[in-house]
Amino acid sequence: MSPSADTTAVATILVVVIAAYALFGGADFGGGIWDLVAGGAERGARPRELIDESITPVWEANHVWLVFILVLLWTAFPPAFADIMTALFVPLSLSALGIVLRGVGFAFRHTAERLRMRQLTGALFAAASLITPFFMGTAVGAVVTGQVPVHPTGNALAAWTSPTALLTGFLFVAACAYISAIYLVAEARQRRHFELTRYFAVRATAAGVVTGALAGGTFAELSASAPHVYAGLTGRSLPLVAISIAAGIAVLVMLWVHWYHPVVLRATAAIAVATVVFGWGLAQYPYLFPDSLTLAAGSAPTATLIAELVVAGLAVLLVVPGFLLLYSLQQRHLLTETGTDADLRRAARLEPAVPGEPAAAPASPAARLTTALLLTFLALRAIKEVFRPRSCR
Amino acid sequence: MRTEADGGYSMEAAHMLAASLAVNPAVNAVPARSQMGSSLGFHIILACFGIAFAAVVMTAEWIGIKRGDAAAMLLARRWSKVMAVLVAVGAVSGTVLSYEMGLLWPGLMGRFGAAIGFPFSMEGIFFFLEAIFVGVYLYGWQRLPPWAHWWSGMPIVVFGILGALSVVAANSWMNSPAGFTLSHGKLTRVDPVSVFFNAATPYETTHMILAAYMVAGFLIAGVYAVGLLRGRRDRYHRLGFAIPFTIGGIAAPLQVIMGDIIARFIASNQPVKFAAMEYVAKTSRNVPEWLGGIFINGKVYFGAAIPSFDSILVGFSPHTRVIGWDSVPASQRPPLVTLIHLSFDLMVGIGFFLLALAAWQGWWWWFHRRLLVTPWFLVPCALSGVAAVAAMEAGWVVTEVGRQPWIVYKVLLVSNAVTPSGGVTVTLGMMLVLYAILTVVSIGVPMIMSRRWRRGTPADEETEQVPYGPSPSGAGATAGRPRAR
Repeated sequence: MSPSADTTAVATILVVVIAAYALFGGADFGGGIWDLVAGGAERGARPRELIDESITPVWEANHVWLVFILVLLWTAFPPAFADIMTALFVPLSLSALGIVLRGVGFAFRHTAERLRMRQLTGALFAAASLITPFFMGTAVGAVVTGQVPVHPTGNALAAWTSPTALLTGFLFVAACAYISAIYLVAEARQRRHFELTRYFAVRATAAGVVTGALAGGTFAELSASAPHVYAGLTGRSLPLVAISIAAGIAVLVMLWVHWYHPVVLRATAAIAVATVVFGWGLAQYPYLFPDSLTLAAGSAPTATLIAELVVAGLAVLLVVPGFLLLYSLQQRHLLTETGTDADLRRAARLEPAVPGEPAAAPASPAARLTTALLLTFLALRAIKEVFRPRSCR
Repeated sequence: MRTEADGGYSMEAAHMLAASLAVNPAVNAVPARSQMGSSLGFHIILACFGIAFAAVVMTAEWIGIKRGDAAAMLLARRWSKVMAVLVAVGAVSGTVLSYEMGLLWPGLMGRFGAAIGFPFSMEGIFFFLEAIFVGVYLYGWQRLPPWAHWWSGMPIVVFGILGALSVVAANSWMNSPAGFTLSHGKLTRVDPVSVFFNAATPYETTHMILAAYMVAGFLIAGVYAVGLLRGRRDRYHRLGFAIPFTIGGIAAPLQVIMGDIIARFIASNQPVKFAAMEYVAKTSRNVPEWLGGIFINGKVYFGAAIPSFDSILVGFSPHTRVIGWDSVPASQRPPLVTLIHLSFDLMVGIGFFLLALAAWQGWWWWFHRRLLVTPWFLVPCALSGVAAVAAMEAGWVVTEVGRQPWIVYKVLLVSNAVTPSGGVTVTLGMMLVLYAILTVVSIGVPMIMSRRWRRGTPADEETEQVPYGPSPSGAGATAGRPRAR
């Protein structure tokens, strides 16, 4: 039974949103990973600064993509969502925990004043950046291999601890580090930090090679553990897989010859990652859970799907202009005629404190005593009234 | 009943569904409810700032531009930074909540995700837009002309309200389910518009949005009340107190009126919840209004009763018949009636307390055109924010515990919605610890910021980095090509 057009459309949007999360949220996690391996407080100061500056503007806002994934899944494919959340309770709880830890670490490291505290919160942030993508990866691995049962009765430990699932977890971590390193190369290049450009170029190359190897390993593993997806990847998704490999190699070549064009480099790496996500989606079609739950069987009633498509249209219509406005502001120079914070501070301080406010005359001791006695009397009466039990009608 | 006609499902079907699903002894129900309650109870405070803080900031900016008032302008700038921190922490706790909807309540989401999901999707869009415009607003300082910048903040106010509307609509659907058809326990038809605009939506959403304005208004005012009490009586602190206090003070009387209307709606729409709120054990006339009191074995201890007043509040006549919880079998009554009733009383009591504070200052302003700065007034004001938070939390306790044992009123039981997976007690423990830390973050970060503003040099403030804001080195601004303006 092939799914209806609206089901396919919503499923396509879901895959696109997953790809967006991989590209934007993944880069955030990757930033945390590079922060973790940047070395001691002194040695790692400059790369950490760059990571900070490129993540802070969108602090945790990229989780919006994740929220969209969850909401789309539960709205359009409720049974699949319920089954995933039940069977994969442990890894998903751990990834949620990682998200909270990251938030805590990131919020505090900017305001923490002592170095020790900064290091502690920084470590928290970095460790959480590893936990979250890893466990998300194991969850995806469990779905791909068809290990998530329909109507599970509890945790499915075996589902997310299979070799494929664990490999997928590592692949996610590596991919996050990879995409993030590429963005940081471009970012450093734009800011003309040539030393940092080279620093991250070396790491991007290493991460690229590791990600490629892990992807190859996972792919080989899939042939046995997920025959349906494997057949899809070598069949109808083959062009996408080929594009991904080509883009991945192209990035490595660019890094090799030191050609760090910010836009081309970022776009090529993004294509390498996004095409894998699209390839996976296409390979798994028409299944939500390969071989046990189809898109058609797991989808919501038509009106809901149509509503989701309308919402998606609305999102594009409203969010894109908002983003363009934000981007144009980021490129814009400071206006000179409006005051800086410092100017305002000076102006506000110059203004004398409003004089003439008569300080409230303190009540006379007699008045205070009378008030206190009156209040005590009322309180005693109230207590007496309250302690009389009555029956309720 | 109205909801049944709207929903197109029948009570028999609901009971059949409830009965056929009773497979799990639902040992997870209590820890799952505790986890959901604590994370929601935390998130809702931050959500209030997401909904209402922008209006406070923009009022300050408006005064700043209109009167060329540097103190107001400085307040607006600093507040916008605090707003960004709170929105960012709210994004984190909100993400966790969407996880928990599935991790804790797969039985609800698996069956009714297609219905309840639509308002959540709308909320997602509105939050996204809000976050983008917080970024626009922060970047816009000094990059946009004053009035253009003021208008660039307007979307935060609008999308904040629309987001609150959407997500509270999802909750009101659980109280007043509508817009779907069940056949053999499976959802076959959904009408997203009826789901969104169910019978309870107008009441609950207005109540929550007003509550958000009160919480944000009184909490911010409370901070500056402390400053005024410590003798910082400059214009900066006066405005910092007066602007949010006025906003909270305008919301307070509206909330009291709205609360009265909502109570009557609940009396007709969810009579058992209302009975628990007011200690109505038996359906009867001349029902007294209990103030305080603990309910034990059919008797109310330590409570004061106003004869027939509950009947008067419900139907404007002492002879109005009020439905008691004896109208449903014991298994369908909410537990902990004492908690529900006391929470309700606490909420109403604080509502009147805040109204009185606002009226006091209003009176003083009317006759003296001056801010009241006696300690008698400022000390309660310093506590007003905490009181507003307590009232809001108590209100959520009333609506959520009062709906028990249903997760979707008269359609799905909590015990049938909860996850069968092991480990909820572990995640509950971890979440409690983490949310305690997150609370420290959301209070601590603005406190550290304010200390720096007071003690640091202007240059320090200039280079301060906040989420969504431009990077201090100005690299973001210089990265692009210089643009003529």
